[in-house]
Amino acid sequence: METAPKPGGSVPPKKGRLPAMRKKPRRYWEEEATSPAAGPPRKKTRTLEPGPTRRKSANGPKPRNQRKPGGRKAAQRRKPEQTLSGAQDPFPGPAPARVDAARKFCRIDRSEKLPRAKRKTRSKLEAAEAQEEEASARAARSELLLAEEPGFLEGEDGEDTAKILQTDIVEAVDIASAAKHFDLNLRQFGPYRLNYSRTGRHLALGGHRGHVAALDWVTKKLMCEINVMEAVRDIQFLHSEALFAVAQNRWLYIYDNQGIELHCIRRCDRVTQLEFLPFHFLLATASETGFLTYLDVSVGKIVTALNARAGRLSVMAQNPYNAVIHLGHSNGTVSLWSPAMKEPLAKILCHRGGVRAVAVDSTGTYMATSGLDHQLKIFDLRGTFQPLSARTLPQGAGHLAFSQRGLLAAGVGDVVNIWAGQGKASPPSLEQPYLTHRLSGHVHGLQFCPFEDVLGVGHSGGITSMLVPGAAEPNFDGLENNPYRSRKQRQEWEVKALLEKVPAELICLDPRALAQVDVVTLEQQKKERIERLGYDPDAKAAFQPKPKQKGRSSTASLVKRKKKVMDQEHRDKVRQSLEQKQQQQKQEKAKPTGVRPSALDRFMH
Amino acid sequence: MKVKMLSRNPDNYVRETKLDIQRVPRNYDPTLHPFEVPREYVRALNATKLERVFAKPFLASLDGHRDGVNCLAKHPKSLATVLSGACDGEVKIWNLTERKCIRTIQAHEGFVRGICTRFCGTSFFTVGDDKTVKQWKMNGPGYGEEEEPLHTILGKTVYTGIDHHWKDPAFATCGQQVDIWDEQRTSPVSSMNWGFDSISSVKFNPIETFLLGSCASDRNIVLYDMRQATPLKKVILDMRTNTICWNPMEAFIFTAANEDYNLYTFDMRALDAPVMVHMDHVSAVLDVDYSPTGKEFVSASFDKSIRIFPVDKSQSREVYHTKRMQHVICVKWTSDSKYIMCGSDEMNIRLWKANASEKLGVLTSREKSANDYNQKLKEKFQHHPHVKRIARHRHLPKSIYSQIQEQRIMKEARRRKEMNRRKHSKPGSVPIVSERKKHVVAVVK
Repeated sequence: METAPKPGGSVPPKKGRLPAMRKKPRRYWEEEATSPAAGPPRKKTRTLEPGPTRRKSANGPKPRNQRKPGGRKAAQRRKPEQTLSGAQDPFPGPAPARVDAARKFCRIDRSEKLPRAKRKTRSKLEAAEAQEEEASARAARSELLLAEEPGFLEGEDGEDTAKILQTDIVEAVDIASAAKHFDLNLRQFGPYRLNYSRTGRHLALGGHRGHVAALDWVTKKLMCEINVMEAVRDIQFLHSEALFAVAQNRWLYIYDNQGIELHCIRRCDRVTQLEFLPFHFLLATASETGFLTYLDVSVGKIVTALNARAGRLSVMAQNPYNAVIHLGHSNGTVSLWSPAMKEPLAKILCHRGGVRAVAVDSTGTYMATSGLDHQLKIFDLRGTFQPLSARTLPQGAGHLAFSQRGLLAAGVGDVVNIWAGQGKASPPSLEQPYLTHRLSGHVHGLQFCPFEDVLGVGHSGGITSMLVPGAAEPNFDGLENNPYRSRKQRQEWEVKALLEKVPAELICLDPRALAQVDVVTLEQQKKERIERLGYDPDAKAAFQPKPKQKGRSSTASLVKRKKKVMDQEHRDKVRQSLEQKQQQQKQEKAKPTGVRPSALDRFMH
Repeated sequence: MKVKMLSRNPDNYVRETKLDIQRVPRNYDPTLHPFEVPREYVRALNATKLERVFAKPFLASLDGHRDGVNCLAKHPKSLATVLSGACDGEVKIWNLTERKCIRTIQAHEGFVRGICTRFCGTSFFTVGDDKTVKQWKMNGPGYGEEEEPLHTILGKTVYTGIDHHWKDPAFATCGQQVDIWDEQRTSPVSSMNWGFDSISSVKFNPIETFLLGSCASDRNIVLYDMRQATPLKKVILDMRTNTICWNPMEAFIFTAANEDYNLYTFDMRALDAPVMVHMDHVSAVLDVDYSPTGKEFVSASFDKSIRIFPVDKSQSREVYHTKRMQHVICVKWTSDSKYIMCGSDEMNIRLWKANASEKLGVLTSREKSANDYNQKLKEKFQHHPHVKRIARHRHLPKSIYSQIQEQRIMKEARRRKEMNRRKHSKPGSVPIVSERKKHVVAVVK
């Protein structure tokens, strides 16, 4: 058993190079050595460029800021400037940024061009694009400042990580992390539902027989504990840890962190599931009567109540990327809802039997579903809603949850299985579980704790807090969700969050649609304008030959000249289309029969 | 097995003492900041609303004149000093920071028609209805001295306007003709005229300092070169131009305030069509002045309002009016580009902010950055209908509002008539004339 390696250990050491790397480190004022292998001393810190693309050329120093070939701008190849003292800047040019990191921050789709934009508009758009590109490069460069590294769990050769017990992990990790694993034995009031607050600091739990409690689970300080003397279906924190909603047998109740009942909402009755949309301040409730109701908790009004027309609703999940609610139905479909529409945005047929559980990952790309047919499926939510992978589980999963880094947890009977993917943005591969854990009762609630490598499981025997290394996002943003925020900071955040509450009408499948050009309306407006004016002000005027002197302005010659211009235009058009065709053919040809890429290709540019 | 758990040291995330500021670690990963566009949109909407809430442009009213204010002049060296001439021949010098009159001169009999300061700021010139040009010292007379002009030039005809050269000791007056004067002489160095009519204003170009522009009541704008004996060229418009003003950043651009409710921005090199027609006023435009940045100008109108236009936009971005302000005769944009002064018929000079919702005084860096951020957001979402509606809305006095409606109906009727005429005549015989070309009658060289 080894301790954790240093951050940056992900870069594999190059064995062949080792003797060259051992050279005496140069100081920045020293002349550039002739041997190119002696890299600058800064390389020892974190490397930003992926290893294989790094250039090592034999003739003199190369600037470090070169991007991958095919970069949009010509990379600025600045020669190291000579100063008066003769010293050279060993790191000329701007600091390098990783290309894939910059892509993560990029917000513009360059493939889409505005049809027939005017020159002024086009230049404005180009300026905006350039700004955007610079912003994304800078944001990518700021990744260097992130302090924490994600956790991981690796088995030794041939060792299956799924066989590793929680007790082993607890023994191996530091004390502070070991304290995050605990069991609450609450056999009397179970089975339990649980919910973490958005900062990941607080935990609310509701037992089916009326036990409701909220606690700061890190310090294990109890905030309140009450018994509502009624069945508790679900429990959910609202925007901060000061308020939580409890779906009780009859109605929906809202309590504060001291357990005082603030509201009883009788418009939401027989609620089975709760979801809170934090940026819209909407509490979505699914009820036995088949209604999906959105309650605006900032003003206390019901925004819409949608009838799903599918009987009892007991499976619900929200898509954190676009705030669309996913409902699972007994006929095997999952329907997607927004409060702006009376009909579902989409319906996906997922299973042969009914749907038992739905979960959507934090990027809004993947949806995991499990059904009565004992299948566990992962769907791609971008575009066509196609299944990516599926797996049959012996019992079928009753509960599903995604972690911030894309781990998928499933509660199967009294066992929790966790699957991991390759990286952050890849779907979990369902072949081999990453971790498994057997509990003392049947799973009833499942949630990954935000910003902590912890999975909270509510079951019939109480609550279990499991350690799942690599589950959570290591670096939080202090202005969004700060687990260490003070009271004052929370109050300030609350005011700001309320000020920028997103209206419920803006919920749709693509949250970026608001920043795009509304082409339909634009064309409609143009049509109306042409109708109003009686002519098209943007149309190109037809060619009118100028009158010429000395008797060359006869009607015949005018017509001839007109004809000439028309023919010329026609010829241009034909030529353009021909060229396009040829290019397409060339590209198609070049693809299969291209020469095999050689490692030396990168020196050719 | 190898295992690493995420384990943060709280000392890295909370402040050490209460005297420190709170630590705020940032991570710009887009998945941690969902709903980027909707949230920015809401912020932009809020910023637009707040801008309208804080739009309180009126700063002060300087009263003291005993007749309508006819002309204004800026001091070239001191931001706080401003000069004004009234219809009863009185000239007042004001201190804007104290909002007080610091000196009063009975300069002329009858109107003070024009006032301008010398480029060094030590003296100023006035012309009046009494056919005189007078030069005055900027500083008041000493104890026991009498208020006397430095020089007085008696002319043959009434002078209607005056402007001083930006670098040389020369000035130009207008009346029956444009006269160029040397400060040392009592007769003009040269006189230029083109046709016989009364010229209402003359302006030196601030960059190409030998160029002048004038406008006369026979509907034309004439350009002169001081070094030549004859005028350069002129453009004839539909109606009379009251004043012109040169763009202080682009030498060849000037804007003319016209009697037909419009302002025309011309490029001196191509006078056959204006670069832009600015139409928002509902009565004759009496005065115009550029911001020192050359990006915007302010216009004063007979409809009791002043408007601020961007140079490249045909619609105004702002309109200022008060209940008590009557026909605005003169307007000036101060040299720090922050304030606007206007003199009106009811004897007051009013001071306005050029940017209605701007906070005056020193801003903290946080205020500044918040301001910049909001500005950018407003710019980004300016075309969204909800944002646009709020940003565009202005309260107008009933008279102006109803005038706008009426003129819109008239314009629509004219357009419809033309459309019908085009429909029922031979194709091409009723050409489509653009709004820019409609108002120019001729260009003469």
